[in-house]
Amino acid sequence: MNILKFFTAGSVDDGKSTLIGRLLYDTDSILADQLEALQSSNRKNDDGTIDLAILTDGLRAEREQGITIDVAYKYFQTEKRKFIIADTPGHIQYTRNMVTGASTANLAIILIDARNGVVEQTIRHSYLVSLLGIKHIVVCINKMDMVDYSENVYNSIIDKYQILAQQLKLVEVNYIPVSALKGDNIVQNSERMDWYKGESLLHFLEKIDTDNLDKSQLARMPVQWVIRPQTEELHDYRGYAGRVLSGTFSLNDKVTILPSGASSTIEKIEFFDQNPDVAHAGQSVTIHLKDDVDISRGDTIVNAAALPQESKLIEADLCWMDARALDTSIMYLIQHNSKTTKCKISEILHKVDINTLEKHAADEFKLNDIGRVILKTADALAFDLYDDNRTNGSAILIDSRTNLTVGALMFRAAVE
Amino acid sequence: MSTYNFDYLDELEAEAIHILREVAGQFEKPALLFSGGKDSITLVRLAEKAFRPGKFPFPLVHIDTGHNFEETISYRDKMIERIGERLIIGSVQESIDQGKVIEQTGKNASRNALQTVTLLDTIAKHQFDACIGGARRDEEKARAKERIFSVRDEFGQWDPKRQRPELWNIYNGKIHKGENVRVFPISNWTELDVWNYIRREKIELPSIYFSHEREVITRNGQLMAASPFLNMDDEDVVFKKQVRFRTVGDMSCTAAVESEATLIDDIISEISESKISERGARLDDKVSEAAMEDRKKGGYF
Repeated sequence: MNILKFFTAGSVDDGKSTLIGRLLYDTDSILADQLEALQSSNRKNDDGTIDLAILTDGLRAEREQGITIDVAYKYFQTEKRKFIIADTPGHIQYTRNMVTGASTANLAIILIDARNGVVEQTIRHSYLVSLLGIKHIVVCINKMDMVDYSENVYNSIIDKYQILAQQLKLVEVNYIPVSALKGDNIVQNSERMDWYKGESLLHFLEKIDTDNLDKSQLARMPVQWVIRPQTEELHDYRGYAGRVLSGTFSLNDKVTILPSGASSTIEKIEFFDQNPDVAHAGQSVTIHLKDDVDISRGDTIVNAAALPQESKLIEADLCWMDARALDTSIMYLIQHNSKTTKCKISEILHKVDINTLEKHAADEFKLNDIGRVILKTADALAFDLYDDNRTNGSAILIDSRTNLTVGALMFRAAVE
Repeated sequence: MSTYNFDYLDELEAEAIHILREVAGQFEKPALLFSGGKDSITLVRLAEKAFRPGKFPFPLVHIDTGHNFEETISYRDKMIERIGERLIIGSVQESIDQGKVIEQTGKNASRNALQTVTLLDTIAKHQFDACIGGARRDEEKARAKERIFSVRDEFGQWDPKRQRPELWNIYNGKIHKGENVRVFPISNWTELDVWNYIRREKIELPSIYFSHEREVITRNGQLMAASPFLNMDDEDVVFKKQVRFRTVGDMSCTAAVESEATLIDDIISEISESKISERGARLDDKVSEAAMEDRKKGGYF
């Protein structure tokens, strides 16, 4: 059994929270006392049934306003898989929350209201999915009960969406007609849409093979911590602790340590009481090297035969996440894996209108703005391009005045 | 080539170890909040996997309400001896004696709320800049929205509207003096995941997690262990029941569930079929729909 992390994009009225509530409800993931709390709540659907959206609207302000402000994480499990859902708000003012929820997801569910079809926010949500490099997309055409479960409506929405998918170079797109409110095609195939021959949403999610981890073969391990017991019996012990981002490390592999460029060979791999021959992507291990090289937190151990890029000038996509606008005259901190260094945004190349996908020149960057920039770092970063290696191709910007995370960066090219 | 089978528990484990090592790398004076419950016991195992054969780069901190199950304290002391790490105890009784908090009265009196003050005092006294806790997002809907690195102001308050975006697996631990970060390495685990992990790792637990006969009373429709810490009166009828506890909290607010489960396997099948969630056995959440959100804003774990 493995884990599927997915996120849901939809607007306030698309029934996103209801869809998640329905998945939880129909997979028996709501327990009796939670259900009791639900039933005693004052919020009900028009027909008097319980409002499933309450399950994900966690904060008091959200319940009062009936909207989702923040990312809520929900968990459920079937016999086939464990699921982690990031329920994110769909309104444009919460773009940063959606980017946050999407950053850890392997699959995106895009909700379309069958009555409205492909609208501005569908373009926006799909753009964010492509920006964040999510390869698998399920377009749920929701509220089919409101359009008499019409196959024609469903087909015409697919036709429109395919044009958008091409434009955004989305490859793996699947379509399912659903009614989250009534439960059609969520867990069980709906009898009210016998024209639909595909799988229900849950069956689809159980079966789809996604890359939970970067499938990039480039072996990378940022060093988080150096283990040095400094006891008598372990006097010379020096283990480099970190999580393998991508690729594999095997005993006797030739490695390079960046930024120093020093070379060595893997002598031993440790995982608590085990000594495996190979460390795979996703595993948190401790590596020992044959040579006594100077390594500390922030350095990266990489396969000597497949080096990452190294540069102080990087072209990147930036999503701005702070109420205080970007200031190109000040220094920020950039956190890339275990390394933090100073940086400046030296140039704004363009901004993207995420409702129309048009690019235009800009000299300011405000909350929820997305565009392409050039950043200049104090120390060179050892990175890969985001499309090749999601983990080693991403970073955050921190405003050292407030310590807030103000930007999400996806590396697109090293600047020569 | 070794066979490579990286299942969901391996993935959760690797993520938690990564988070613990980020705490070690990013903070000057971290601490691990240890309650004696299964979640913090799991954290100790994860810390062993993250840092052995080295020492933990943080002490364990126990906020002692003075209303503990005796089994929890003896478990704690044995465990500390086994792992050879430092334990710091913050005492709610001391906070009461110093007049910083006032003991609640009445039938539903509990020290659960008081421990927030003791926790904040302990953090201030030792100048901890990060406190690792065993909270999980599946426990409660306010927790479902909390970050893995959750920044608290100098009053220990969580502001749900001002949470930092948390992207990919990059954790921003930068804080101003006086602030601290609560870190939740097992945020993405469910109750069942924790139990499956405990079974797989053969981790020993305090005996109160398993079925035993105990003197109980009924309070607000739930079974409470009869103890001097509960304000009992003539209306309370003490009787014996075969029970176990699903969480380990203050004796005055942790309800027992009827159970015959004596082995971990029994517990796992019981939870899989159970229709009462884990926090459902905590009276402290029942006050209002926003009970947990309010406590967290005030500095609770």
